[in-house]
Amino acid sequence: MVDTELADLSNNMLLGAVLLYVVAMLGYAADLAFSPRPAKARAKALVGAGAPVEASAEDAGGNGEEKAPRRDWGKFAVLLTLFGWLLHAGGVATRGMSVSRWPWGNMYEFVVAICLAAVTAYLVVLVRDKARYLGAFVMLAVVLGLGAATIWLYQAPGELVPALKSYWIAIHVSAAIVASGGFTVGFVTALLYLAAARHEEKGGTGFLDRLPKAEVLDGVSHKSIMFVFPVWTFAIISGAIWADEAWGRYWGWDPKETWSFIVFAIYAGYLHARATAGWKGRKAAVVSIVGYAALLFNLVGVNIFIQGLHSYAGV
Amino acid sequence: MGLTGWLRWGWRQLTSMRTALILLFLVALASVPGSIFPQRGQAPEKVDQYFEEHEKLAPWLDKLSLFDVFAAPWFAAIYLLLFTSLAGCVLPRSWQLLQNLRSRPPVAPKRFTRLPQHAEFGSDRTPEQALEQAREALRKRRFRTVAADGSVAAEKGYLHEAGNLVFHVALLALLFSVGLGAMFGYRGNLLLTEGTGFSNSVAYYSEYKPGHMVDPEDLAPFQVTLEDFEADFVSSGSQTGQAREFRAKMAYREGPGSAERSELVKVNHPLEVSGAKVYLLGHGYAPTFKVTDSKGDVAFDGAVQFLPMDSATLASQGVLKAPDAEPQLGFQMMFWPTAAPSPDGSSVVSSFPGPLNPMVGVLGAFKGDLNMDSGAPQSVYELDAEKLQMVKIERKAMGIGETLKLPDGSGEITFTGYKQYVSLTATYDPGRVPALISATLAVAGLVVSLMTRRRRVWVRASAGEDGRTVVEVGGLTLGTPTGEFDDLLRELRPEEPEPVPAGTIKE
Ligand code: HEM
Repeated sequence: MVDTELADLSNNMLLGAVLLYVVAMLGYAADLAFSPRPAKARAKALVGAGAPVEASAEDAGGNGEEKAPRRDWGKFAVLLTLFGWLLHAGGVATRGMSVSRWPWGNMYEFVVAICLAAVTAYLVVLVRDKARYLGAFVMLAVVLGLGAATIWLYQAPGELVPALKSYWIAIHVSAAIVASGGFTVGFVTALLYLAAARHEEKGGTGFLDRLPKAEVLDGVSHKSIMFVFPVWTFAIISGAIWADEAWGRYWGWDPKETWSFIVFAIYAGYLHARATAGWKGRKAAVVSIVGYAALLFNLVGVNIFIQGLHSYAGV
Repeated sequence: MGLTGWLRWGWRQLTSMRTALILLFLVALASVPGSIFPQRGQAPEKVDQYFEEHEKLAPWLDKLSLFDVFAAPWFAAIYLLLFTSLAGCVLPRSWQLLQNLRSRPPVAPKRFTRLPQHAEFGSDRTPEQALEQAREALRKRRFRTVAADGSVAAEKGYLHEAGNLVFHVALLALLFSVGLGAMFGYRGNLLLTEGTGFSNSVAYYSEYKPGHMVDPEDLAPFQVTLEDFEADFVSSGSQTGQAREFRAKMAYREGPGSAERSELVKVNHPLEVSGAKVYLLGHGYAPTFKVTDSKGDVAFDGAVQFLPMDSATLASQGVLKAPDAEPQLGFQMMFWPTAAPSPDGSSVVSSFPGPLNPMVGVLGAFKGDLNMDSGAPQSVYELDAEKLQMVKIERKAMGIGETLKLPDGSGEITFTGYKQYVSLTATYDPGRVPALISATLAVAGLVVSLMTRRRRVWVRASAGEDGRTVVEVGGLTLGTPTGEFDDLLRELRPEEPEPVPAGTIKE
């Protein structure tokens, strides 16, 4: 049943992806560290093309020779990310092909897929919001995630237990993966937002100057969360439909269900907080970070510490 | 403040966003113990175990309902408050949305500089032309526009509020659906051996949980027979022994007189009959035995359901009681679907969950009085040893067809074969479909609400001092601003390349 050649290929591709991500992370870090005119980079991300003050700054700072090599660090990192992403996606796909099923049947596969979703989400905000400054941090999170998956969670490719043999796995788990990827970007930006907001308040210079304005970070974080919150809601509902098929009830407060609900409630609280005077900004960001912690606990902690119906075969 | 004053104040507090926020956190926090402590609703046996392991602590936790978190009064208090707040918040907002839909967009404010988005530029058009152009552009973007004296007011994005309201109302509907199921639904569990059947009535269920409004007389009278059960296991490689598929072939009829139909029931594929569903949840072995007593009479001939001790090998334990024997006999036994010597050779274990080499071992044989006439319910997995006398036997594993004679002549037991049994749950939940509809509406409302934004734009045009027309544009977006305002500006003044959006944030 298991095609071991494909499975090995999958492992090698994932290893390659991790290496590329590590180098990309260094590239992003170099980009942040050596980028010449932080104030301008910041403004660009903020206003896009339309702001005359910034435009003149670009003209004035026009000693092109100096700028070109520095800029390349970032481009180089993005390129590596892209290649890493392709390998990563290939690794997930070949894993699935090696066992002829959707490649998210155990914790290892699940975490690898979430990391893929996180990189994808990053690439989306990279294109839409010019959020290259996130690269280093997302790469760090993803490398940690993939590393932990490979070291502690690795499972040889194999068959699923009967309860997981259902087309709902494609719907329910995929939604959970996409949502988790988006929440990861929301989380990273929320952390950066808190750092940047503090930095702006205190004034002073330093590495944080290279980040965009706190307001922009807050916006990106909000947008990512807003985009995947319905996806998460859908994941819960499709899970309920599946539970109704498999276990005879659509909701039973199984630990996994309970924690999905907790995550839902906290992020709903975040969306409310943003609309409530006195909670906007930092408090809301803290709420979203707590939400992400609950999400992580739900993905990993519940499987390891709490026995429930959702236990996969061997974690 | 009088009483009504206080009430009004309380209601305002309860339905404020801040309260909603806090209640949301509270409900999240209150759920946490439900995942930490074993819950009666999910795993009553684990609660019992917890009581044994934490003799002092458990009764205290129990007083706080920590083993029934989701049925606890304090949990109910939180979610009822939350949903009251929700209703109190959403109903007035729905009313307001209706009014908004009927009224015209609000007139332009005096000064646009206060608005989060505003711009001003000169134009060669006359004020009327400029306003007409603006109105055209706004209409094209599906704003509702109203022209007033020297200005245009426009608004769009009612869908945001509508979606938000649908979402919140759907949550209320979801709660009601869940309640409906809890009131009018029921659930029954039982174990069913191959070749036997059950009717949907309380008498057949080993565990039966009806809603408050369910009359046991009114259960749909369907009947189900388990004809055959097969389990398929991975037989080689590192996953050896892991289940691959379970198939239960069932015959069923809607009522005593109806036609019989058959269905292959699997995990993830329940049997649907008369609006209820029958789920395959687990399985086990039921070895068959023939017991003959001291007089040579057959005192027992049938299958006994054994409890799996280990899901990986399905080594199972069970008890046979023969109350018709003279004297009464009881046996405590193990069943190994694939018997094999243990690694050190000292005992027998099961090496595979499938029945490759089924064997039975008698661990203990007893004679005397099984104490079954006292009226007190007895577990089918345990012997009441009070009035029983142990019979010394030689311990050995028996294959199919083998017999163990009790040395004192009080009888013999033959292992005649095995059957399998399944554990089933039959449920009826009239809230299931309403819950699905509510949940679907909730997601739909959420998507619409999060993808759309309520926004207003005002344009004012007047003759300037230099003879050119001064056009002012102001915008207000509820939620994150979009790039639309800048696009609009660009369209309204194509003659100048660079719009000067003061104070706008484009993302
Ligand atoms: C079960 C409890 C609740 C949940 C799960 C919940 C969830 C949400 C979510 C996810 C949003 C953001 C999506 C959207 O804008 O449509 C939202 C927005 C909103 N909710 Fe709730 N909510 C709950 C209760 C309440 C209550 C009790 C109130 C009133 C006090 C309320 C008032 C609002 C308002 C006014 C918004 C719009 C905020 C904005 O304009 O950005 N919600 N809610």
